[in-house]
Amino acid sequence: MEHAQGQQHPISLYLKIWGLLFVLSTLSYLVDYFHFVGYLRWSLILLFMILKAGLIVAIFMHMAWERLAMVYAILVPPLCLLVLIGLMAAEADYIFLSRLVFFGQG
Amino acid sequence: MAAHPEAPEGSSSTYPTNPANPSEPPTAGWPGIARDWSSDKDAFKQVPWGKAMMWIFLLSDTFVFTCFLTGYMSVRMTTTAAWPNSSEVFALTIAGQEIPLILIAIMTFVLISSSGTMAMAVNFAYRRDRRKTAVLMLATAAFGLAFVGMQAFEWSKLIAEGVRPWGNPMGAAQFGASFFMITGFHGLHVSIGVLYLSIVALKVLRGDYERSGNYQNVEIAGLYWHFVDLVWVFIFAFFYLW
Repeated sequence: MEHAQGQQHPISLYLKIWGLLFVLSTLSYLVDYFHFVGYLRWSLILLFMILKAGLIVAIFMHMAWERLAMVYAILVPPLCLLVLIGLMAAEADYIFLSRLVFFGQG
Repeated sequence: MAAHPEAPEGSSSTYPTNPANPSEPPTAGWPGIARDWSSDKDAFKQVPWGKAMMWIFLLSDTFVFTCFLTGYMSVRMTTTAAWPNSSEVFALTIAGQEIPLILIAIMTFVLISSSGTMAMAVNFAYRRDRRKTAVLMLATAAFGLAFVGMQAFEWSKLIAEGVRPWGNPMGAAQFGASFFMITGFHGLHVSIGVLYLSIVALKVLRGDYERSGNYQNVEIAGLYWHFVDLVWVFIFAFFYLW
């Protein structure tokens, strides 16, 4: 268990996370299988997605045990992407309406 | 007003100290981050440079994939034609029954399993169990190959059904462009990962890391592989399930 040698965690932890990821994947598949629609569908999909992503990053990629200086250097910059997503979503209405006008549909 | 006696020199620290070595600067919380970043040299202390660089590469890859997914979101929100129902497009008929998204679900489980074997390979690498490490890494690569194989099957099925980057019989023309772009780029990552893992596994078997006793490279390869799995989590949610 020397620190310089790197990350050392019990195998059972990985097996538990593995099982949990299987359960979460099954749940998100069942969301589609049972034809949930609307906000229920989207919130469930997002919930399972965030849980899976969090488990992979925190446990499998060992982020939970890394030094904070590096954790923030890696995990904070992607927040900029939320701005991009927000901008594109905000523009969507306008583009959609322009397309309706140009393609004469609707 | 002598309510505050001067603290004696040297014991002024209100920050948590490093339990491993009390004379070291603190490592926890914001004071630790500020100290690490303001030290004029390596900010990522005790993080091997290879690992830090892999993380920075993965950060850049995060931006690439998010740009693709954001592009997909944009076209999906703005097309005037209806978006194809992915649940039906990716359904497979098994034993006379149409099961929605089944191939994608299997691909998801295969990739998660490969992440599990990879995590264990890293563990055995640090215990210097070379044979188990290499076997688990090659198993991971085999799962990756299976994944790419299923993806190739899925692509040929869709191409046979007439899906092209510029149009398809099911609905909005941008469906094909988004699909081939996003899954293609992800599949390329998986394929490169298979090569990368196989090379590192062979190096482990050959004993290349024995002299230094440093098996960091296995963990770094593992980071790449887990990232590929991570991206799939988002593709699965946004492209296939949404």
